[in-house]
Amino acid sequence: MFKKLAIGAAFALALSPAASFAAGAEGHIEDFDFSFEGPFGTWDQNQLQRGLQIYTEVCAACHGLQYVPLRDLEALGYSEEQVIVYAADNFEVFDPELDDFRPAIPTDHFPANTAVGAPDLSLMAKARAGFHGPYGLGINQLVKGMGGAEYIASLLDGYTGKEKEEAGTILYENTAFPGGWISMGPPLSDEQVEFADGHSNSVEHMSEDVAAFLMWAAEPKMMDRKNAGFVGVIFLSVLSVLLYLVNKRIWAPHKGKARKD
Amino acid sequence: MSGIPHDHYEPKTGGEKWLNSRLPIVGLIYDTIMIPTPKNLNWWWIWGIVLAFCLALQIVTGIVLVMHYTPHVDLAFASVEHIMRNVNGGYMLRYLHQNGASLFFVAVYIHIFRGLYYGSYKAPREITWIIGMLIYLMMMGTAFMGYVLPWGQMSFWGATVITGLFGAIPFVGEAIQTWLLGGPAVDNATLNRFFSLHYLLPFVIAALVIVHIWAFHTTGNNNPTGVEVRRGSKAEAEKDTLPFWPYFVIKDLFALAVILVVFWAIVGFMPNYLGHPDNYIEANPLVTPAHIVPEWYFLPFYAILRAFTGEVWVVQFASFITGGIIDAKFFGVLAMFGAILAMALAPWLDTSNVRSGQYRPMFKWWFYLLIIDFFALMWLGAMPAEEPYATFSLIASAYWFAYFFVILPVLGVIEKPLPQPETIEDDFNAHYGKADAEATPAE
Repeated sequence: MFKKLAIGAAFALALSPAASFAAGAEGHIEDFDFSFEGPFGTWDQNQLQRGLQIYTEVCAACHGLQYVPLRDLEALGYSEEQVIVYAADNFEVFDPELDDFRPAIPTDHFPANTAVGAPDLSLMAKARAGFHGPYGLGINQLVKGMGGAEYIASLLDGYTGKEKEEAGTILYENTAFPGGWISMGPPLSDEQVEFADGHSNSVEHMSEDVAAFLMWAAEPKMMDRKNAGFVGVIFLSVLSVLLYLVNKRIWAPHKGKARKD
Repeated sequence: MSGIPHDHYEPKTGGEKWLNSRLPIVGLIYDTIMIPTPKNLNWWWIWGIVLAFCLALQIVTGIVLVMHYTPHVDLAFASVEHIMRNVNGGYMLRYLHQNGASLFFVAVYIHIFRGLYYGSYKAPREITWIIGMLIYLMMMGTAFMGYVLPWGQMSFWGATVITGLFGAIPFVGEAIQTWLLGGPAVDNATLNRFFSLHYLLPFVIAALVIVHIWAFHTTGNNNPTGVEVRRGSKAEAEKDTLPFWPYFVIKDLFALAVILVVFWAIVGFMPNYLGHPDNYIEANPLVTPAHIVPEWYFLPFYAILRAFTGEVWVVQFASFITGGIIDAKFFGVLAMFGAILAMALAPWLDTSNVRSGQYRPMFKWWFYLLIIDFFALMWLGAMPAEEPYATFSLIASAYWFAYFFVILPVLGVIEKPLPQPETIEDDFNAHYGKADAEATPAE
């Protein structure tokens, strides 16, 4: 049995570079401690709410979240009424039946936003990878997850303040972005967003909060999935023990001990 | 079924006799699950059940996923997100299917290398081996096309690169590529046909699995000693074997349960570990990802494909004597398929008349080196195509071919094998002691 586990581990190590090199992450990714990391990690609901606020007040100006239904926001601890008000207050969607825009309702998705060519953020936290361990071994990701949220937080907090102009576009130096120069200007500044819970609104903390929110947006079923993981692992472990005992019992008469006819 | 003598199904009641004279299906099932199996099979023999489970898992989860998936370039990516977010349990179905492919390949590689070590490919099991290789080829095709369906960046560019390989065939390559894609580039027609074939091939695999089982039920299982079951009489055969049910069914199910604990932990806690983040970006023909890397299970052969560049003398020589028809790209394609063909030819390349690697002192080390070579190729396949990886890839690829075309034929001639046990019973008793109370200690 141990042989097999060892082989499994060998396989896992051997194949991990595939994941890491695809990301092409040359930038420096900070290792943030998010509450949702690891099998036991859970969402920090207050953080998700702050992240939503940052997304709404800052990111939504240029970016969309087209795959995320507004009704899912109830998972962040909001009541049905609060979601109705939030949707109507913040977003307008095009309704083909009216042939016109109308205030969003919870069954709508967050609108897509292609105004300035900014990428959609629905899956950004799964479409990027964090630090994958030395030699591309992927050990970090095995323990802490793929690290998309880390990438986002590092990027938002990674501006050095330098700018350059290239082919008529202003590029901003960023320590996390592959290649080091990004066309998105620094989106966050200290004290830009006022939180109801009085939480710190430094760029670093806001970066972390909005990254956590985007992780939720990319994988809203993460907690359900981990629960299913625990139920399955426990069930299968018990099943393994039972099958081990059955196997031992049925083979016993053929292995060395006296046969009881 | 012919082969090892054993009890057959005898219909007893009137109803059973009535059915049996019209359709002997109960007898067929009885003979299949009661097949005499060498009782000394070790834990490397459990992967067949794991593979059967994987096929069932992939078909069942796949059929349900299809109920919610839309094979259209504008809708495929969104429909996968719909599965992940809105379908009840959809995220589990999708992650099980996605990681199920990896489990499938882990199992098939161990199953293949087990066969290579214990000489399961040798006479009289060549047909079982060849069918197995066909199954493996079909698995690769199915997995590749399945990976295209979510229509992410890596889906699109992987499809572009791999179908491009067919374009390397001299004269007719471009026509074949266009025919495969249904157009000049990867597009809606490609997605649709890949979807269709991804649904079809698993059932072809299932049929081949039946033939695979039929073949080795005819010859009987190989076993760790490679010594054949005695077939002189039923009593003799029973000393070497135990029926598949319940002894091996329970043993295999136990192993499967342990493997599924690990599998379920991966699905529950790190389902994206084996995937590429780039595939969560919708396919965009205008943006090429920085690194296009196939899934891990293709990496060893991908490394062989890339190893033979224009600078390698073998490639230059091939190009020279064929008047440029075989260029570096086509040579790489030939090498990749040749690496798999080499495995398929193992029954005829191996000249040793000793089946099991246990009794082949020299073979053992070359075999272990082949395992290391396989992992090295897997790692190199994920590395960028630059030095020193290019040279390593070339060496590792060369060893792969040398193992099958030089080492296997030569070893059979020069190697002095160790003594093998007379019977499977002797081997079993040496491990576990004799079962009979009055028995003297083994050996």
